[in-house]
Amino acid sequence: MSSIAISLLDIEDDASECLVAEDYQTREGKWCAGCGDFGALNAVKRLLAKEQLKPEKMAFVSGIGCSSRFPHYVNAYGFHGIHGRALPIATGLKLARPELDVFVVMGDGDCTSIGAGHWIHATRYNPNLTVLLLDNNIYGLTKNQTSPTTPQGYKSNTSPRGSVLPALNPLQATLGVSNASFVAQTADWVPAHMYATLQAAYQHTGFSFIRILQRCPKFTPDVFQDQIKNPDLTELLVHEDGVDAPGLERLFKARRVHDPKDIDEARSLAQRTDMLRLGIFFRDDSFPVYDEIRSVRPVSPEEKVQGLEREFDRYAV
Amino acid sequence: MNRTANSQTTVTAVPEHTVEIITNSGEGAQKCATIFGQTCAKMGNGVWTVEIIPAEIEPPHHTVTSTSGNIVRFGTEKVTNWGDRSKLAVAFNDQVCLSRHRLDSFDDDCIILHEAMWEKHEDENIRNNYAKAMEEMSSKNYRFIKVPIEEETLKVVDNAQHGKNMFALGLLAEIYQRDLSIIEKQIANIFRHKSAKVTEVNIELVKNGIAWARENLDFQFQIKSVPAKESRVVMNGNQAAALGAVAAGMEMCAMYPITPATSVSHELAAIIENYGGMVHQAEDEIAACGVALGASYGGKVALTVTSGPGMALKTEFLALAIMTEIPLVVLNVQRGGPSTGLPTKVEQSDLLSSLYSQPGDAPRVVIAPRSIEECFHAMVTARRIAETFRCVVIILTDANLASGVQQFTRPKFDVRWQQEPIDFSALPEGLRPYDWDSETGLSRRIVPGTPGGQHTVTGLAHDEESHVSYDPESNERGCKMRSRKLAVFQSTLIPPSVYGDEEGDLLVVGWGSTQGAIEEAVDRARAEGMKISTCQLTFLSPMEPGLKEIFSRFKQVMTVEINYSDTVGDPYITEETRRYGQLAWLLRAQTLVDIDCWTSCPGQPLRPNDIYNSIIDKSERGASK
Ligand SMILES: Cc1ncc(C[n+]2csc(CCOP(=O)(O)OP(=O)(O)O)c2C)c(N)n1
Ligand SMILES: [Mg+2]
Repeated sequence: MSSIAISLLDIEDDASECLVAEDYQTREGKWCAGCGDFGALNAVKRLLAKEQLKPEKMAFVSGIGCSSRFPHYVNAYGFHGIHGRALPIATGLKLARPELDVFVVMGDGDCTSIGAGHWIHATRYNPNLTVLLLDNNIYGLTKNQTSPTTPQGYKSNTSPRGSVLPALNPLQATLGVSNASFVAQTADWVPAHMYATLQAAYQHTGFSFIRILQRCPKFTPDVFQDQIKNPDLTELLVHEDGVDAPGLERLFKARRVHDPKDIDEARSLAQRTDMLRLGIFFRDDSFPVYDEIRSVRPVSPEEKVQGLEREFDRYAV
Repeated sequence: MNRTANSQTTVTAVPEHTVEIITNSGEGAQKCATIFGQTCAKMGNGVWTVEIIPAEIEPPHHTVTSTSGNIVRFGTEKVTNWGDRSKLAVAFNDQVCLSRHRLDSFDDDCIILHEAMWEKHEDENIRNNYAKAMEEMSSKNYRFIKVPIEEETLKVVDNAQHGKNMFALGLLAEIYQRDLSIIEKQIANIFRHKSAKVTEVNIELVKNGIAWARENLDFQFQIKSVPAKESRVVMNGNQAAALGAVAAGMEMCAMYPITPATSVSHELAAIIENYGGMVHQAEDEIAACGVALGASYGGKVALTVTSGPGMALKTEFLALAIMTEIPLVVLNVQRGGPSTGLPTKVEQSDLLSSLYSQPGDAPRVVIAPRSIEECFHAMVTARRIAETFRCVVIILTDANLASGVQQFTRPKFDVRWQQEPIDFSALPEGLRPYDWDSETGLSRRIVPGTPGGQHTVTGLAHDEESHVSYDPESNERGCKMRSRKLAVFQSTLIPPSVYGDEEGDLLVVGWGSTQGAIEEAVDRARAEGMKISTCQLTFLSPMEPGLKEIFSRFKQVMTVEINYSDTVGDPYITEETRRYGQLAWLLRAQTLVDIDCWTSCPGQPLRPNDIYNSIIDKSERGASK
């Protein structure tokens, strides 16, 4: 068959296989009504349809938690792993199969508590993964225990008199890691912004870390109440290299031009508590990407056998 | 002044000898012993080399804790273990010598070529310590010969630290009449990346050692050698395992440094990229296991390499691999435990935890290579089992195999040892992710990228669709299918062979690295007319078939293991309270035979003589029963 014929076939294939967002969902998400995880799933489905990704060419890797059920609902390969350990699995998968699109979905306990070590190191390895931190400020699945991101003073079953420590700030932590290459924040109550942020993350080559702020309808329904009621408490980070979505300018008056290449400003903005900030804090495509720098030339079994003879010559008696 | 061995020199023919080179760490004992061992191997002797490793990199010199060195056992026949105590030693100072004495490492009439400079050293402290050490060692009949090692070395180099080892090599070369041309080639090879001058100087030092020995020593030992017919290689168990991983076509080794496993990854890191693979040094053992699992999920059969404490950290991921039926090979180079235990020293105490460390029922394959050669082949076997049965395979070697150096027949590689390309072909209509064959529990491995195969694997209980399912029936079915695979695998195994007669008074059962030492002990007992045989297991989960039948042909069965067990008669210890050695425990459960054990955990490989004594003891107790 000529190469032209092949490319024609390809086009035909593509034409027949135009997938819409719903094609990327396998079944109804089994989360509580009003759970922020639904919003993330919707945004992801839209992204997959926009990019027309082949379901068999992507994998969603998660840990354990309500949010980690995510892969079960996506028409893709999925790995619902163990608590806190999605990132090593995803890194291994990406190293073995760099051609696959690999997404990671974690909860706040999953990523910033039990998986904190892997989070720091995966940030530094900077493999080409799209990483969603579904941060509801609480342990949902295990029913209302304090998480590292629970606001100070917030009551839970394990801190009935209120969380005693200041919350851990995942943006600040991630931005503090050398080789961090993409750090963004978005929120479940601003779907257009979430979708735009996901797109930017997907397009970035490297470890694209998005913290998605969301409410748990059962245990933290009110954590972001003030910001939701009053959009003036939120500042949008905008830039020609940032994210924007139609309609956002009407909702959010406070807008700050922030160049995502500016790490110092990114860090300073991430640690400020005066306002909630949504947008891309940092992005740099020039950092070493682990699966790229570690990529190796495939070697045939015959070549391996020949090479082994040389290795054994070193040990010959 | 040169004279060849003459009438004044007594030449004693012996079948084998064990020699120690003991130094401060950093004084090059390793190089000396490697060259000596290689030379013996090349001359056709059987050889086994063991390192004496201090726990620290370079502890304070001239102390008992600074002891570093090597033991080389070589003989006319094949050598399968480090043997009993040493017949000859070269010691660079009295303190390192004393540390070996305290470990009872020297034969009662061991010849010790000892550095001469300490006895009359200007430092009073050193003189006193020397005198005390000699006093302590005088309880034995050692023959000390004072050798001006440093003084002679300084005639050739400015810094004796880097040179004494080659002078020592010369001493040994003369005593054992080693072929100088082979030594020269070895030296040239070791220093091939340095200037020609370095090689020259080292050879000069060896020659000086030879000359000194000729001049001053009145004895030599003769150990005949029979050049081997087939081509052979010589290496340690970690090198063999690393090369085995390459031969098995493994392309991902994820690890976190831990003694004594790390050198597997050193060997691999140096070469694996030429074979389409990589070594990933992860942030911890958990991550290492996760990265390996992720790579296997992506279609490879990945490897993770570790030792006890790292093994403990990997447990949760291993259960996930077992639950999702993703192939994975784990190499556990055992060291002494529990906790950080004996980092550089041997023990066989991870057997039960390798089988049972996971919560829930988590069937996996456990195999234990019995020799350095088997460390190589075990990797190939493990890769194949892991893939065929979609399971976890744990390989248990230990510090004895890891650092022991031995020659073996050069393998003839086969491309079929390697993994087949991933099957991305379209899936049959309706095929489910866990379409377990109800006879065998086997199902097709579906790798991401296979069109139409999308599903989510999960560590939660699941049905054939890989859907989370908590109903009693599907949980029982999952357990049954994962377990069935082991039974199917077991059906491919043959009963282990018995070394010695097929029936008799006592059967000694061992596993893994102790084979050589046990067989040697059994040979000794048999030579005295005892009806004793041995059987060395390599498959621990599932076990080889036919064990009960084999055991039934012996009046008594006893395991020999390098791990802890209680001794009946100790305070509180009775037949009822006694905790058994780990293999004994397993075999008792498996066969309902009243199996005894003799175990020991001295942080060193077992000595044939100690095993022999345990056999005698058992036979006597058995007879009096
Ligand atoms: C090793 C281990 N420890 C604890 C648990 C119990 N556990 C399951 S999910 C979870 C926390 C979930 O919180 P989060 O990660 O924030 O996810 P969410 O449910 O809120 O989405 C915990 C502690 C577990 N499954 N495994
Ligand atoms: Mg949470």
